[in-house]
Amino acid sequence: MLSSNFKLAETINQMSIQVKFFASLREKLGQSDMELTAATTAQDAWNQATQNKPVPDNLLVAINLDYAKLDTPLQDGDEVAFFPPVTGG
Amino acid sequence: MASWVSDSLIEPWQLIAEQQAAQNIEGQYGATASFIGSMRDFSDRTDIKKMVLEHYPAMTSRYLEKLEDTARQRWPLLNCLIVHRVGEVHPGDAIVVIACWSAHRRAALDACDWLIEELKYKAPFWKKEFTDDGGHWVSGNTDGH
Repeated sequence: MLSSNFKLAETINQMSIQVKFFASLREKLGQSDMELTAATTAQDAWNQATQNKPVPDNLLVAINLDYAKLDTPLQDGDEVAFFPPVTGG
Repeated sequence: MASWVSDSLIEPWQLIAEQQAAQNIEGQYGATASFIGSMRDFSDRTDIKKMVLEHYPAMTSRYLEKLEDTARQRWPLLNCLIVHRVGEVHPGDAIVVIACWSAHRRAALDACDWLIEELKYKAPFWKKEFTDDGGHWVSGNTDGH
């Protein structure tokens, strides 16, 4: 009974953070998206998703489709995206 | 007002004419300013055969709408159009079309200028150029000159 309660608590506390990579970063890391079950900040999400790879110069970060910073806190359900400088137009 | 992303060839002059006709503002505008960006066959490299434009779809739509809203707040625009290509493009193809309609020229010209500069530095699009040697990601936009 005790162990099943612990499992329930773990399930409730689990977060869902969607991580996305684009363009040259997507190719370099070999992945376009993944899901994390916990992350405190965008930096924390980067560390987990890339196994602590160094942050590239000029890295851009967006949380829920708006530009953000690496130290921006994350909440359950957030989508955090990492990408290189944009080159449209 | 309209903004969208197209994954197939765009005809800039036709899009501008259609947007102008759709708004029923005949007689109100005295100025139309437009910018059309097209693909060259050279950059730092020569003989570029094609380019592939990637984007972050949800953020792109949101960002283009935000650009339009901000431009409308800053200048008295009667109408505005932003269309951007994604996918595979070839030399000569249009990549981006921006048009602004206003009663007077300064608002139309300044809004059009501001929109293309903002789009180039912040909208989440990325270009990958292809030559006979393979593909190369474009590292950054120039300062516009």
